Amino acid sequence: MRSVKKEEIYKALVEIVGRDYVSDRKEDLYIYSRDPGLEEAHEPDFVVMPKTVEEVQEIVRLANRERIPVVPVGASLSLSGLTIPYKGGIVVDLRRMDRIIEVNRMGRYAVVEAGVTQGKLKAYLEENFPDLCHSLPEAPPSATIVGNLVIHGQGHLAQQYGFNSSMVTGLEVVLPSGDVCRIGSCALGPYWFSVEPFPVPAGLFLGWFGATGIITKVGIRLYPRKRLRDVEVFVVEDPKLVPEVVYRVAHTEMAEDLTTSAQPYPPIYQGIVMIQVYINGDTEEELEFKRRLIWRSLKEIIDAKEGGFMALTPDIRGTLLEEPIPTLTRFADVLRGGGFVYCGAIIPVEKFPEALKRLFEIAERHQVTFAHSGRVIGRGHCMMFAFAYPFNREDAASMERAKKALDESYIATLEMGGIPWKPDLSAQRMMIERMDKGAAELLKRIRKLLDPNGIMSPANWGVEP
Amino acid sequence: MELKFDRSLCEKCGTYDCLTKCQYLRLDREGARREIMKLINREDSFVLRECVTCYACEEYCKKGNHPFYLITELQEEKGILPVPKPILRQWINTGIPTKRDPQHFPFAREPVLSLCLFPEFVEELGGRLFEGFSIIVGRHFFCQLAYLHFGRPSIIKERLPRIIENIARHGFKEIVFFHDECYSTFTSYARAYGIEVPFRPVHYFEHLYKRLKELEGEIRPLRVRVAYQRNCSTRLAPDKEHYLDEIFELIGVERVRREYDGENALCCGGIFRLQQRYDLYVDVQKRNVEDMVRAKAEYCVFNCPMCYYMLAEGVSKAGVRPIMLHQLCKLAVGEPSR
Repeated sequence: MRSVKKEEIYKALVEIVGRDYVSDRKEDLYIYSRDPGLEEAHEPDFVVMPKTVEEVQEIVRLANRERIPVVPVGASLSLSGLTIPYKGGIVVDLRRMDRIIEVNRMGRYAVVEAGVTQGKLKAYLEENFPDLCHSLPEAPPSATIVGNLVIHGQGHLAQQYGFNSSMVTGLEVVLPSGDVCRIGSCALGPYWFSVEPFPVPAGLFLGWFGATGIITKVGIRLYPRKRLRDVEVFVVEDPKLVPEVVYRVAHTEMAEDLTTSAQPYPPIYQGIVMIQVYINGDTEEELEFKRRLIWRSLKEIIDAKEGGFMALTPDIRGTLLEEPIPTLTRFADVLRGGGFVYCGAIIPVEKFPEALKRLFEIAERHQVTFAHSGRVIGRGHCMMFAFAYPFNREDAASMERAKKALDESYIATLEMGGIPWKPDLSAQRMMIERMDKGAAELLKRIRKLLDPNGIMSPANWGVEP
Repeated sequence: MELKFDRSLCEKCGTYDCLTKCQYLRLDREGARREIMKLINREDSFVLRECVTCYACEEYCKKGNHPFYLITELQEEKGILPVPKPILRQWINTGIPTKRDPQHFPFAREPVLSLCLFPEFVEELGGRLFEGFSIIVGRHFFCQLAYLHFGRPSIIKERLPRIIENIARHGFKEIVFFHDECYSTFTSYARAYGIEVPFRPVHYFEHLYKRLKELEGEIRPLRVRVAYQRNCSTRLAPDKEHYLDEIFELIGVERVRREYDGENALCCGGIFRLQQRYDLYVDVQKRNVEDMVRAKAEYCVFNCPMCYYMLAEGVSKAGVRPIMLHQLCKLAVGEPSR
């Protein structure tokens, strides 16, 4: 960008958000040029932090006029570079828009601005609405609610209620034109209780990684938060049993959350797959009732000595009951130098054994350590299977090995008929190449229709960086 | 490594206490006789499948004939697995030393305390009760006896000589064992299998009693009523339990009289859970805790960390405070405890 032009845009941005909330300083641009994963860094030209919807609108209008890219960001924690400004332009950091606008207790939903974090909403609900909760993902508390929705994240209620993005009850979006629109009941009245039955699908903006507009407010469903929570860990040696275990436990409809894990270290976890079954209840009796039904559902597998529940020590149990659980953070630093990447494969549960086999093969081929963690989505309708690889930021070879393993995991996901979750750019390209041609064309047309100048997060979903 | 088992003692027994006293099998004398005959003839018996592996029959047999060790031998011989395969694998892996486990403690000097696989207590086991002690801990010092619960004595036989050799290399003449499972490995189990132990194992109770006796003038009687949770391996060294009563007397606590104490003690339930006997686990814990409450115990004292981990929450919910023995003793000598 020419420096005269750049100066003009800088001034225009200052005009919109104020001097304190716009920057083109090298140190600020550095931060927004990367995420904690392995994707190549690329600096934006400007970073702005709007406070209001109107400011967001003006920023987008300016970008449209000047034909410069706009990349909305939350906490930039996707690990797959989804918020890296590959084509420069303006990064719109939404974290000043952090108001929890409403919690409708009877309707069990909350309306929040785009910068509200998982930690903030969790803490707010615990303090003010202790009998309500949202579906909390295994992400750092600084991850934003909206950020998680635009990547189709999953939280601890995924097994019961599906992807977090299916819990959306309303959206306010600044379109690439700068116009603002609302979707759902909030488009017709003051309530944000549902996006259905409404002709404009919220899916125009969810899963697009900011490529179709900037979500500025969202309504999300809240769910009953029970007073007590516990976890049982079922272990098997044969991964082929995992789909059956998931099927049986999901059938009881007693589990709050159902997750899987497998890892080579420490030795106690070698050669086994763990299925964590979370239960909750308002009373001990309720918990006990659920626990018994879950144990009973796995009786045949237990009697065959092929699987069993662990007797958890308080430290293991305590760790598993933390929300979010800290094990991912520990895993991220297992090689020191803190870093990890993962391919979250959304796959049918029946593909679990194959996915685990491929994970072992990939890890061995690239000489990387690994861990698997997974989460059942819906009553076994599918699952997120993470192929996770740690790396040491001080060791270029370790980073390269992890990246190769990651790329291969994306391929494995597609070969298994799965969908890579929050795919990086190369995986997005792979997906588009393999995608049903009609679907790929539709995605293209939607983008063109909404964003004719191609300014919104232009690297994502088909526009080359 | 052969079990020293004298079948004639069983043939001439008459009481068959090992099975008639069992709290989980519920056998009358005739039934017990019939089943013990099967066992000594190395035949199949329902006992091999139903045994909860609580170790108690070792204590019930006053002839010292090791019925429990025999049961575990036969379980393995006949391929009977008391726990699911993945649980067994986890436990087998648990005992394999990793790079983080020190094999040698070059600066350790006597007196020495072995913490087995419980490094979480390293910091607590300081103060005047353990003044001057060196601590050894980790998988290279793990006694392996837990594999009795899994019907796999071969693992003990395979690993134990290396553990003994490693400890012996340190040249200690005597070692205090924090967990009586270790103590019993190097006494009861070693004797039963003719394993030579080149150091003198000291029971934890014995050490605590003697040390408290030295500190007697500084003890502030606690004046509380306690229930004691006997763990499985106390069954292998019942002759040391008098020290526990003497400790309680020294520190001014009353061991409440209750149904499930002494020989009649109930298991903490942890092993029942691993055996996937959930109903039994719930039932036994419930009866045990209710018994403590009925006896008006204010504290439940544990010596075994695993018992503590399995039972502390239930005990606590019933209004009885769970506490490890060393924590109780520390309170008595005015030292803070977790």
